[in-house]
Amino acid sequence: MKKLINNASEVVNEMLDGMVLSHPNELRRLDGTTVLVRKDAPVQGKPAIISGGGSGHEPAHAGFVGRGMLDAAVSGEVFTSPTPDQVFEAVKAVDGGSGVFLVIKNYTGDVMNFEMAAEMAEAEGIDVKYVVVNDDVAVEDSSFTSGRRGIAGTVLVHKILGAMAEEGASLGEIAEEAEKLVKDIKSMGMSLTPCIVPEAGKPGFTLADDEMEIGTGIHGEPGVERTGLLSADETAAALLEKIEQDMKLEPDMDVLLLINGLGATPLMEQYIISRAVHHLLKDKGVKVTETIVGEWMTSLEMAGVSVTLLKMNEDRQRWIAAAADTTAFKR
Amino acid sequence: MNQQDAVNWILSFQKKIESSKEYLTDLDQAVGDGDHGINMNRGLQHAAGVLHEKTFETPGDVLKAVSTAFISKVGGASGPLYGSAMLKASGSCGGKETLEDEDVKAMLRAAADAVQARGRAERGEKTMYDVWEAVVRAAEEKEDIDWQHVRMKTAEAADATKEMQAKKGRAAYLGARSIGHLDPGSVSTRMLIESLAEVLESGDS
Ligand SMILES: Nc1ncnc2c1ncn2[C@@H]1O[C@H](COP(=O)(O)OP(=O)(O)O)[C@@H](O)[C@H]1O
Ligand SMILES: [Mg+2]
Repeated sequence: MKKLINNASEVVNEMLDGMVLSHPNELRRLDGTTVLVRKDAPVQGKPAIISGGGSGHEPAHAGFVGRGMLDAAVSGEVFTSPTPDQVFEAVKAVDGGSGVFLVIKNYTGDVMNFEMAAEMAEAEGIDVKYVVVNDDVAVEDSSFTSGRRGIAGTVLVHKILGAMAEEGASLGEIAEEAEKLVKDIKSMGMSLTPCIVPEAGKPGFTLADDEMEIGTGIHGEPGVERTGLLSADETAAALLEKIEQDMKLEPDMDVLLLINGLGATPLMEQYIISRAVHHLLKDKGVKVTETIVGEWMTSLEMAGVSVTLLKMNEDRQRWIAAAADTTAFKR
Repeated sequence: MNQQDAVNWILSFQKKIESSKEYLTDLDQAVGDGDHGINMNRGLQHAAGVLHEKTFETPGDVLKAVSTAFISKVGGASGPLYGSAMLKASGSCGGKETLEDEDVKAMLRAAADAVQARGRAERGEKTMYDVWEAVVRAAEEKEDIDWQHVRMKTAEAADATKEMQAKKGRAAYLGARSIGHLDPGSVSTRMLIESLAEVLESGDS
């Protein structure tokens, strides 16, 4: 393992310190916690939006803390959900009297820990609502299993709900849109190389030079299928085909396209994938109203990308275009 | 089982986890995200610290402290699952200074029910609940708990997860590819029960 770290068990702590030292005017760390909040938290008169999860997905989640997106981000150990008490500290710190909304990615651990935090907050009389994001179409959607994972599409949830809160939406209105929103976001990822969790010291799986994994999540886990190495165009087609099974792509439909690098894939390759997806969507008559390319929800140093489509409408155009001032995403 | 037995139980479990940290992590790399050994070790290091520092009156007090360590230090799926199991087990012990076999059975059942409720798990879904469920059944089979029998059934249940397809937890994302690998949480739960058996079968409980 070759990493720029000091001590494998201190990576999260030292990263959070580094973020605050680098962005002292934007971010503040709650003492003795792994919670980063907006410098001006709690903001009065608007619902607060909190997200979080395991670390290793940078800039998610703390990079999206700031005006127009998140009020706080709670970081767990690498790829491990944070504990309920940490989430609860975040809730107390950002509640400005209009309630708190939690954005949870659909992993057993995240759901259980955030739910416990919501129970603690309710016991203190804080109004808390949440949504569980499950945009990854790689795994089957079934009520008999844990269902689908939350991956890069979560960033769009942060953006839209954050904009709604700034615009004056109530906690109830945010919760209502959140439920519709998560149904309209579909993502599919793939990987070329695995990644190494610092404390584990070795990769979660190995891939030969001529292999790739399709349907990879964001935790260094294997995908749902292993194939020979495909070209960028073939890869884009495979990802889109899977998305299409869940989101009917019709002529004159408006979508936002999010290309997400998993950590070690150069922007050059991300744009080549973006080009391929644009061509495929154009052939179907689907209109891409906006494309966002870059690293938003990574998996340490994994090489790979995910493609996300969000169904757009007038409200969503406005929320996506609204001002945002965070360290990782600005408009 | 008195408070000292409870402390010994958890300390023995902590040692087992510490020496199997890499093994559990390997198991979790095959079907999950490779952190189960790390998570369990972090929680138990903390729990062991608390058990060494403080004194306890009853087994219930000991398990309460262990539960807090799991809930506040572990995260992931295993934090709330082990934390809830220990919390309900502690509640079931109440203020009793010594637990008879009947009380131990009730404690195990409370823990198993807590895992099921928190994880919304059913038998056969390739999770630690499969082991908990087998433990409760084996313990309840005889009036005086036959620990040899409990051990055997626990081991069988943990091994049986290998051929199952996961329906809950991260391993479920792998679909059929989860078959052929042991469930890490089931293996750690087996260690927990092994430790309990070691502590209780030596003396009179
Ligand atoms: N819904 C569930 N119900 C019961 N047990 C579960 C559930 N989900 C996961 N588990 C258990 O948790 C273990 C994984 O724990 P761990 O790796 O520490 O957490 P995470 O899955 O968050 O990485 C699995 O091996 C399984 O036994
Ligand atoms: Mg794990």
